Amino acid sequence: MCLAIPGKVVELVPGSPNLGTVEVVGVRRKVDLGLLVNDMPVPGDWVLIHVGFAMSKISEADALDQMRTLAMLGEVDQAMQEIQGYGLGDVGEHEKPN
Amino acid sequence: MRFVDEFRDPEIIHRTAEELKRQVDPTRHYRFMEVCGGHTHAIYRFGLKDVLPSNIELIHGPGCPVCVLPMGRIDDGLSMAKDRQVVFAAFGDMMRVPGTTGSPLEHKARGADVRIVYSPSDALKLARTNPDKQVMFFAIGFETTAPSTALTLMRARAEGIKNFSVFCNHVTIIPAIRAILDSPDMRLDAFIGPGHVSTVIGCRPYEWIALHERKPVVVSGFEPLDMLQSILMILRQLNAGEARIENQYKRVVPWEGNSAALKAMAEVFQLRPYFEWRGLGFISQSALKIRDEYAEWDAEHRFHIPGIRVTDPKAAQCGEVLKGVLKPAQCKLFGCECTPEHPVGALMVSTEGSCAAYYNYEHRKAMVMNIAPAA
Repeated sequence: MCLAIPGKVVELVPGSPNLGTVEVVGVRRKVDLGLLVNDMPVPGDWVLIHVGFAMSKISEADALDQMRTLAMLGEVDQAMQEIQGYGLGDVGEHEKPN
Repeated sequence: MRFVDEFRDPEIIHRTAEELKRQVDPTRHYRFMEVCGGHTHAIYRFGLKDVLPSNIELIHGPGCPVCVLPMGRIDDGLSMAKDRQVVFAAFGDMMRVPGTTGSPLEHKARGADVRIVYSPSDALKLARTNPDKQVMFFAIGFETTAPSTALTLMRARAEGIKNFSVFCNHVTIIPAIRAILDSPDMRLDAFIGPGHVSTVIGCRPYEWIALHERKPVVVSGFEPLDMLQSILMILRQLNAGEARIENQYKRVVPWEGNSAALKAMAEVFQLRPYFEWRGLGFISQSALKIRDEYAEWDAEHRFHIPGIRVTDPKAAQCGEVLKGVLKPAQCKLFGCECTPEHPVGALMVSTEGSCAAYYNYEHRKAMVMNIAPAA
């Protein structure tokens, strides 16, 4: 439940003011940015995602550290399952993690 | 992105561990509570106990949402799913939590429409795409999760989605900490504060713990180095005779929290006069209720809720473990009748539950090494 997943905002969804497309290890999903309205992320920003909502902006270095923490906790599979499970829609674009 | 399956900066970890050894008073026994279930998982996963001086004892706190939910609330939630027009939607963590007549997953096997969702928004989407069904979202979680439920309810109202409701089981962390401090059988020296709850509530809500209870609180991140640094910050405060709130997790936690998230919570929720916690009993003003303005989307208004109260299985000692009075392995059922494969209590279900964490790391390790696990 405490799991927070780092992702990079790649696009704000046109016509949906609080939705953003976020990329997590090559998988792109829509997440809700409504909790960050006071400091709205822009494409290129990194965010921590919890239950489909971006909960805070973080630096790229911290995002990489958070992903490493998830890996050490053995929770990357669970995190990816969660990201892929968001029903707000995938964007149909998958890249291989490098 | 490449992951390394090793500690970041092992040299810094080593130096921090050495500094910890220098800071501890060998004549003293320290008891620090990590409030958050995510920290409990990390402590076992990283084997932090092996790095810490032996007179620092970490007590596992109440910050695992599925663990503190009394069985009666699970029964209440499942009672709604008896109606075949109702979709019972919940996070995956809830699916194997036992109620008196089985877990949500077992109810699904008997024909109830039980669905895993990863976000409250997904439950709302289910309602949009299933207009002939009533979608009930079983909401759990602390302040980390409650704002997402709040925004989802605001959207449901704005869009006029009538076949969606929330069974609200959101709880708040501060009253639980107060209940633990009031418990006569509990002696603690300091708290490792929850990381992600604090991104929402900030650090100010802990100030009374330093001011009135004279105990340090250090809000901590989840990496091994974060947790070691937090423990070091606590020790330095104790050695200086201080009690302050410090933020080790500054890179994520703003001191004032997230005002947009707090605003959404205030718009949708109000405090319940009291709420039952597993192991801790009834705690005043410790949980959130949906405001009257949103009553139409409140499952407790929409459905008849039996208000079931269930005593935990007598042999299981979840309450004592949850309060930190007993270690997981000291429970009579631990590892025999109660295992992650066949959990009797919720602490054995979630990876953030102290019993599951202890079982998965310490107990299995001890079994492999063919030695008795330390209690």
